[in-house]
Amino acid sequence: MASDTRMNDVREELVVVPLRHPWRWVSGTVIVLLLAALGWAMSEAQIQWEDVPGFFTHPVMFEGLLNTIVLALAAQGGAIVLGVVVALMRLSANPVARWFAVGYIWLFRGLPVLLQILIWFNLALVFQNISIPGLFSVPTNLVMTTFVAALLGLGLNESAYMAEIVRAGLSSVDEGQTEAAKSIGMTPMTTLRRVVLPQAMRVIIPPTGNNFINMIKGTSMASVIAFTELVHAANNISSRNLEIMETLFAAAAWYLVMVSIASIGQHYLERAYGPR
Amino acid sequence: MALVEAIGVRKSFGHTEVLKGIDMEVERGEVVCLLGPSGAGKSTFLRCVNHLETIDAGRIWVDGVPVGFRASGGKLHELRERDAAHQRRDVGMVFQRFNLFPHRTALENIMEGPVQVLGRRKAEVGAEALALLERVGLAEKASAYPGQLSGGQQQRVAIARALAMKPKLMLFDEPTSALDPELVGEVLDVMTSLARDGMTMIVVTHEIGFARSVADRVVFLVDGAVVESGTPSDVLDDPQQPRTRQFLAKVL
Repeated sequence: MASDTRMNDVREELVVVPLRHPWRWVSGTVIVLLLAALGWAMSEAQIQWEDVPGFFTHPVMFEGLLNTIVLALAAQGGAIVLGVVVALMRLSANPVARWFAVGYIWLFRGLPVLLQILIWFNLALVFQNISIPGLFSVPTNLVMTTFVAALLGLGLNESAYMAEIVRAGLSSVDEGQTEAAKSIGMTPMTTLRRVVLPQAMRVIIPPTGNNFINMIKGTSMASVIAFTELVHAANNISSRNLEIMETLFAAAAWYLVMVSIASIGQHYLERAYGPR
Repeated sequence: MALVEAIGVRKSFGHTEVLKGIDMEVERGEVVCLLGPSGAGKSTFLRCVNHLETIDAGRIWVDGVPVGFRASGGKLHELRERDAAHQRRDVGMVFQRFNLFPHRTALENIMEGPVQVLGRRKAEVGAEALALLERVGLAEKASAYPGQLSGGQQQRVAIARALAMKPKLMLFDEPTSALDPELVGEVLDVMTSLARDGMTMIVVTHEIGFARSVADRVVFLVDGAVVESGTPSDVLDDPQQPRTRQFLAKVL
């Protein structure tokens, strides 16, 4: 007993030395120094910083911003609808529908978006009219505006990705859920709407949010066919005043604003469909 | 006419025949327990009664209606899934894994059928659903999500969900097999009171005690065929077939 008490005394006297992390200090300092250097370089750079806010709120920039938002929302929205349809075909009992879905995904996911946009834009070179014989006929040039070409190029590519995302989401819902829905007399459509889709959302939303952020930035590819989205708007402004970097930085700021808003939206959507 | 009539029901999965001509009748108000070793086809048969599985041969009638078919012009026309869904309204089913909808509360789970399938008004269904929750002893859990309930509680909600459709027949597919031993009793109690109230029930179970005290009839299946059938005391206490004796010797 006596020796126990002595041991305790000794233990209480021991001083605790916390583990030191010298490398955290070193790496932290390096990062701060690099950032300082970058800041200094930027301040020394030949950029008219004071002109950037003006370009940020330039009317042409606003036009580009609006077009970018409309194009991104339309392409993503269309892609989600098409993606659900293709995913259902992919899971269908009909083998023709299944193979069509596989081929659709293979084609539209397999080609670069830029190439797809260019193909749609130049469609008039091979089909002068878009028509259903006997019903209607319109000149391709009239229909295939820069907006439509960009919408098709971006949207169809995205719909192939959405199809795979939706399929993964639907497949992630336990078979027992469908059986329980059936057992209370639910029709297939009600089962999908009330039981399967709400649970699939948890799997579907995070990658869809990522893809939408990609879509916002992807709209910049429409600048090659002279659709006035943000990048093309920036080019339009700088072609007159030659302040290329200043206008590009202004456009960059808008992309960051849009992506930030999209990220916050995704966060709340995930929470709404999150686990109970 | 019996509520459930099965004649020569056959079912294969690939090359394996799991039901080899099952005949069975269940009278109104009767409680029938299906017993037998795993792989005997008990669950498969139960699922066929609710058309969750199609059958390869034979016929099942529930309340005079051929399951999965529509009789007209002297022929049986196979039903579309939508019409099959309509038939299932009258048959409740309880699953081994509960299969509650995890994104809805206990109360919403129970209301889902009457509201979405029968198109009834929420206000009127809500009161009924609460009464059902009370009946299974879970009135205070109305706003709990399935993930917040124990297995026994989830299964009782699942029973209430099936009852909300006011079924003529209740099917139980090993309702206590996924439960911790101490939670089995509360589920069996609910089933017992349901049987006392005159519900027609087909129960696939390994709970011999429940079969003995609640079942009107016990049917013993082995390898996709009925081996023995009769009152619980006949089959459980005085089995005539060697396979039945073997099985009971193992589980009792």
